Amino acid sequence: MSEANNAHNVSYLEYKGQYKGLLAWIFSTDHKRIGLLYLYTMLFFFSVAAILGLLMKTQLIAPGYTIMGPQTYNSLFTLHGIIMIFVIVVPGLPAVFGNFFLPIMIGAKDVAFPKLNLLSWWFYIIGILIVLTSQFMGDGPPDTGWTFYAPYSFRTPTNVLPAVFGAFVMGFSSILTGINFVVTIHRMRAPGMTWFKMPLFPWTLYGTAWIQILATPVIGITLLLIVAERLMGIGIFDPALGGDPILYQHLFWIYSHPAVYIMILPAMGAISEIIPVFSRKTIFGYKAIVLSTLAIAFVGYFVWGHHMFTSGMSGRALYTFSFLTFLVAIPSAIKVFNWVSTMHKGSLQMQTPFYWAVSFIFVFMIGGLSGLVLGSLATNVHVHDTHFVVAHFHFIVFGGTGYAFMAALHYWFPKMFGRMYDMNWANLGWGIFFIGFNTLYLPMFYLGIMGMPRRYYDYLPDFHGGNIVSSLGAWVMVSGIVIIFANLIRSARHGEKTTEKNPWGGKTLEWQVDTPPTLENFEEIPTIEKGPYEFED
Amino acid sequence: MSEEKHHIVSYRTHAFVLLALLVLTGISVAITQLEMGPMNTLAAMIIAGIKAAIVLAWFMHLKFESRFFAFMVSAVVVVFLLVLLVTFFDYSYR
Repeated sequence: MSEANNAHNVSYLEYKGQYKGLLAWIFSTDHKRIGLLYLYTMLFFFSVAAILGLLMKTQLIAPGYTIMGPQTYNSLFTLHGIIMIFVIVVPGLPAVFGNFFLPIMIGAKDVAFPKLNLLSWWFYIIGILIVLTSQFMGDGPPDTGWTFYAPYSFRTPTNVLPAVFGAFVMGFSSILTGINFVVTIHRMRAPGMTWFKMPLFPWTLYGTAWIQILATPVIGITLLLIVAERLMGIGIFDPALGGDPILYQHLFWIYSHPAVYIMILPAMGAISEIIPVFSRKTIFGYKAIVLSTLAIAFVGYFVWGHHMFTSGMSGRALYTFSFLTFLVAIPSAIKVFNWVSTMHKGSLQMQTPFYWAVSFIFVFMIGGLSGLVLGSLATNVHVHDTHFVVAHFHFIVFGGTGYAFMAALHYWFPKMFGRMYDMNWANLGWGIFFIGFNTLYLPMFYLGIMGMPRRYYDYLPDFHGGNIVSSLGAWVMVSGIVIIFANLIRSARHGEKTTEKNPWGGKTLEWQVDTPPTLENFEEIPTIEKGPYEFED
Repeated sequence: MSEEKHHIVSYRTHAFVLLALLVLTGISVAITQLEMGPMNTLAAMIIAGIKAAIVLAWFMHLKFESRFFAFMVSAVVVVFLLVLLVTFFDYSYR
């Protein structure tokens, strides 16, 4: 190896390996390059799914046919949901920032199984391609929604099979990433980094990885059963053949509710990194955050039934799931109190990542508290399957994971690319996005309480006012997204170069390595003596 | 890793394990002939659980690994059992 291409002194972006050009990326086993592969894939598909969402909101700006009919609308919300859930938010922060920063934050040179890591990305891409084929072949795009509920998913003539099978393949990616992270965290922490000296982002990745390993196989098998129902009519879910469609809902949500925690736990981890750095204060209640992370990961397994309160479960199951749902709110609230307490009397640095982090807390609280309305049996019956659920869901998943993703991207951007973005444009983009986001989703709470159902391309004239506001909000929000993306993409290529190791004043290990990091991250593996958030003054 | 000890299980032990698995498979087939209602399912699950434990212990070497791995696997089994328990809050009381 020549000195000019030494893994210790050449940035991972400039390192020349076996392959050149695009091949040097798609066959790279470097955790940082794989993280960026996920990032680019996600940003592309997020743009596609956001455009689908915008088209749906444009359709809803007035009652009746505006720009599309019911079948197109059904296909759009299905594809929007599949892309956003399976391609963006489930892999989300672990795939991008987990891959890039987990090894660096725990003082390792790579993940435990680099080749398996690359294989995960390939499974992910192959899964996406299979899903996309569902749009262009057979009897038209699937119209089931991302939940593929039985018995409709095996009665509809549309092209459900590739969509289901694609999601199944993407599940492998998730499981392999989970296994990789668990082994990496167990076996590759730097000397002296005990469990309670590990930063909080790796902690949340750890909790998430266990959910990925344990819950994802359930959805894999369930989706294969849908395939078997369609192809062979085995009758496990089909009531006409003695099957139980509620069993499908159980199996689907046994994965898909913990999946919400796959989405949100790493988001909470990223916020837990940003808040102390921009408050110049040690995180308040480190152990409480760690334990609440594990508690959320554990209790989150047993609350899936709150998606099924009107499906026909037994009364005893209803009470049990409602109780457990209220229980999981406690560790979530602990985290919010810890973040607010960290900021209290801190020296707050009003910069872009911090704006995203505090607005995350704001929208996540709205999402969380509206979740209690849905977790309560009596109120759930009234707002089930209405726009209230759509609003709650987007406040949690987009407001939670989406805001935290943007916070993390703006926080770690200079380290990842060795360039700085334009702070003014970034702040403007955040402001417009924040206004648009709330204008888009807050009216949906009102529409839902008034009784507007979800997943309809049409509505009664009574709901027109709320829909106009909401649709305008969608356009404002997308304007914000365009500004944010344009700024970041331009900055990644032409932004001001920086080699400053620690632009924000962080204390965790990623701020002690080169900017951008070298191929092997550390010339010498560090020995850890202090906790990750020890701000002296 | 080179410093880790590799326990070698004898052919004789493997043969006994195989035999145990075959006998248990025979029992789980035979038990379907008995009319025990929902208990048939429970019995099949218990036998399958025992078979899985045997495979984990000997074929997958859990018996010879550190106790920590056994603890991790046990935790996963507990989660799985709790998921079943919560599911049956629905099915047992419909």
